[in-house]
Amino acid sequence: MSGIEIEGLNVWFGDYEERVDAVKNAKLSVPKGGSFGLVGESGSGKSTILRAIMGLAPTWSGKIEILDKPVENPRGRDFYRAVQMVFQDPYASLHPRHSVDQVLSETLSLHGFKDIDTRISKLLDDVGLGPSFRFRYPHQLSGGQRQRVAIARALAPEPQILLLDEPTSALDVSVQAEILNLLTDLRAEHKLTYLMVSHDLAVVGHICHDIAVMQLGEIVETLGVEDMRAMRTQHSYTKHLLESSLQSAAG
Amino acid sequence: MSKLLEVENLWVKFPTRNGVFDAVRGVSFSLGQERLGIVGESGSGKSMTGRAILRLIRPPGIVEADKMELEGVDLLGRSEKEMRKVRGQQISMIMQDPKFSLNPVMRVGAQIMEAYRLHYKVSKKEAKRKTIAMLEAVAIRDPERVYRMYPHEVSGGMGQRIMIAMMLIPDPKIMIADEPTSALDVSVQMQVLEIMDKLVKDRGMGLIFISHDLNLVSSFCDRVLIMYAGRVVETLPADKLHEAEHPYTRGLLNSLPRLDEPKERLDVLKRDPAWATEESVSG
Amino acid sequence: MSLADTQKPGLRAWLLTDTPTSRRHARAASLYQAWLSLKGNHMAMLGLGILLALVVIAALASVLAPSDPFIQDLALRLTPPIWQADRDPAIEGYILGSDSLGRDILSRLLYGSRITLYIVTLVALMAPIVGLLVGTIAGYAGGWLDVILMRITDIFLAFPRLILALAFVATLGAGIENAVLAISLTAWPPYARIARAETLTIRNSDYIHAVRLQGAGPMRIITKHIWPLCISSLVVRVTLDMAGIILAAAGLGFLGLGAQPPSPEWGAMISEGRKFILDHWWVATMPGLAIFTVSLAFNLLGDGLRDVLDPKDGKS
Repeated sequence: MSGIEIEGLNVWFGDYEERVDAVKNAKLSVPKGGSFGLVGESGSGKSTILRAIMGLAPTWSGKIEILDKPVENPRGRDFYRAVQMVFQDPYASLHPRHSVDQVLSETLSLHGFKDIDTRISKLLDDVGLGPSFRFRYPHQLSGGQRQRVAIARALAPEPQILLLDEPTSALDVSVQAEILNLLTDLRAEHKLTYLMVSHDLAVVGHICHDIAVMQLGEIVETLGVEDMRAMRTQHSYTKHLLESSLQSAAG
Repeated sequence: MSKLLEVENLWVKFPTRNGVFDAVRGVSFSLGQERLGIVGESGSGKSMTGRAILRLIRPPGIVEADKMELEGVDLLGRSEKEMRKVRGQQISMIMQDPKFSLNPVMRVGAQIMEAYRLHYKVSKKEAKRKTIAMLEAVAIRDPERVYRMYPHEVSGGMGQRIMIAMMLIPDPKIMIADEPTSALDVSVQMQVLEIMDKLVKDRGMGLIFISHDLNLVSSFCDRVLIMYAGRVVETLPADKLHEAEHPYTRGLLNSLPRLDEPKERLDVLKRDPAWATEESVSG
Repeated sequence: MSLADTQKPGLRAWLLTDTPTSRRHARAASLYQAWLSLKGNHMAMLGLGILLALVVIAALASVLAPSDPFIQDLALRLTPPIWQADRDPAIEGYILGSDSLGRDILSRLLYGSRITLYIVTLVALMAPIVGLLVGTIAGYAGGWLDVILMRITDIFLAFPRLILALAFVATLGAGIENAVLAISLTAWPPYARIARAETLTIRNSDYIHAVRLQGAGPMRIITKHIWPLCISSLVVRVTLDMAGIILAAAGLGFLGLGAQPPSPEWGAMISEGRKFILDHWWVATMPGLAIFTVSLAFNLLGDGLRDVLDPKDGKS
C-alpha cells in the first residue's frame, strides 16, 4: 500500500508575468510506513510540496494521492485525520495566548473525540512531557518543549502520515537529538509514515530511508540513504550538497 | 603575541520581578591577533558576552567586570560618546541576518560610504573609491553595480558580504561576528566564511566568532571557548575540539547526527546541575 | 530567582508559578502577572485611580452632591467659588460657585459624571465591537468581501469625525442617546483598520495554519484564535481614544446637539458658561477641568495597558 504518491506536481504563486513556479513537475512516492526526506537549500521548493499536500498552497496541479486515494479539494476532515504536519518554528506554531491544554483539547474536540481528558494525558505522555505541562502557556516553555507540544497536537487525531517541515532547525543541537529520538520512537510505536523536509543532510540521513534532492523547484535526484552515505550520486548538485555538509561536519 | 582585548570577570545582569538574572557570570578571556570562537546553546550567554564588550546591553541590563581593556585602555569607564567612537572604528560587529542590519531605504554603496566617512574625514570621491575597493575585497564581482543597489535586491550571501565590507572599511582592530552565517545556506556559508577569514588575517585583526555550531567553529577558529549557563566551561585549541574533556562539550559533539556514522538513536545530553555552578575557566 | 520565591506568602507564590495545575490556576496566574506589570506603572495606576473615583462618584452622586443640580436660585446666580476674595461671605454652600441660573456647579459636575460614564460605556461597547467584526472578517476573508468592507470603512474615515457626528445627530434628532449613536458610528472605522491589519499578519502565521489543518472553519478561527490577539490592541486603542470620545460628546453638547438643558452634561455646561467667560471664569472652567481630568486619566491608563497587553512590545 502506498502512503503518499505524487506525480507531475506543479505549484505556483501569482499569475501571468508575476507567476513564480515554486515546484515543477515533482514526482515522489512514499510507501506506507516508510520515511522519506526532501533536502535542498532555501527557496528550492521543498516546504512548498508539504504545503501543497496539506492544502495550504492555493494554486497547484498534478496528482496527489494519500493512502491510494486522490485528495479532495478543499481537504476534508477525513484527510486531516489521516495526515498531519509539524511546523518548522515552534515559536510561531503555537498560539501565544492558548495553554497546552487549550491547544490539545480544541484539536481533539474538532476531531470529535469524547474522552478528551484521558487523551490529553496520554498525548503528553507520548511526547515525553509530564502532566505538569498541561496548563502552561507557550511563553513558559522552552523551544524543545514547544516542539513536543506541536508534535502532540499533530498526533492528536491519530494520523497515519506525518509531514515534518524542518522540525529541528530552530532548536539547539542537544534538543535536536531529543526530538529526533522522539520522532524515531513515535514512528515505531504508531507505525507512522514520515515525509520530512530539511536543509540538513545529516538530520535527513538519520531519520529517512529515501531522499529526494531539490534544486530550484525540481527534484534532481532520488536516492537511498545508503547510496547517499557512500556518495553514490548521479547528479552534480547532490554531490556538491553532500560535500559541503561533510566539510562542515568533519571539522 | 600582543593582547588586543582583555576581559576579566565579566558579568551581565538583568533585574527581573523574581530577582536578578545573570546572563553572563564571571567570564574571563583575552584576545590577540587570532580567531576566537565562542560556542554555546541558546541562553548560554554567548551573544550577551559579545554585546557586553561593545557595551550594547540596554538598561535595565548591567555590565560589570574587573577589567575590560582594549589594547590596555579601559572600556568600562568610557562615556557613551566615547564608546560610539570605539564601535565601528576599533571594534565592529556583524549580526546574524543582513536583512535586519542593512537600512532598507538606503543604497548599499551609500551605507558603506557613510560607515567610512563617520570615522575618517575624506572627500566623497575618495570614500567612493575606498568603498568600491572594499566591495571588491569581499569578492563582489561587479562592485559598481552593487554599489547602486538597494539591500532587498541582493541575496542573503551577498548581503552578508556587504555587511562584512561595511564593518571592515573603518579598519577596526577587532571584529565580533555573532552567528554571521546561520541565516545562510550551507554552500554559501563556506564562501562567506572564507572571505571573512582572509580579510581578518590580512589585516592582522582579532576575531570573536560567536556560534552555536561546534563543527563550524572548530574548522574556522584558532581557539574555542565553550559556554554553558553564562560561564565558560572549557577552553581549548580548535583542532583539539574532538579531544574535549568536559562532559558538556562531549555531550554536544555526540548529540549531532552524522552522515558518515549512522546510529539508531542519538546520544542525549544529560545536564549536570554542577556545570552551572562550577568555576568559570579563563581563556 | 528561587531565593525570592521562597520568602513570598503562599497565595503570591501560587499566582506567580510557572507550573499551573489547573485551567483556573493558569488563568489566574496570567491575570496576576499582567496586574503586576500594570501596578509597576505609577502613571497608569494614577489614571486607574481617577477612573475608579469617577465610577464611585457617579454611583453616589445623590449622596455626595450638596444640593439638587436642577434647583435654580436667581438671587445667587454667578456666585464665585468659595476661595474667591470678591465673594460675599454671607453666602453658604456653592463650593465651586454657581452658574447663570444660580445652580450649584459642584452638584452639577457630580451628576454630570453619570452622563459621561454613560456615554463612555456605550461608545466603548459599540464602536470597537463593530470595528472588530468588520476588520477581522475583511482581513481573514480577503477578496471582494475585504474590498467592499474596507471601502465602506474608508468612506466613514473620509469625513471629519465631529462633522459626521453632527450630520447624524441632525438627522436623528438632538439628544444624548443619538449623540452616543453618532459618536459610535464615527468611531468604529479606525478599529476596523487596526483589526484588519492585525488579522492580515495573524492569518498567515503557523498557528493559524495548524488549526486549519485540524479542520477548523473560518468562524472558529476568527472568534477563538484571531479575536483574542486583536482585543488587546483594541482595548489599548479604546482607552487612548476615550479622551477624544468624551471631547466629542462634550463638543456635541457644546453645540447644543448632545445632552439638552437642563441636563448637567459637562460639554453643555461649558457651552452655557461661554457667555460669561470673561467676568465669571469658573462657570466654564470647572466642567472643563473635569473633562480634562477624566481624559487624562484614560490616556494614562491606556499608555500603561499598552505596555502590559501589546505582545509586539517584545516582552514575550
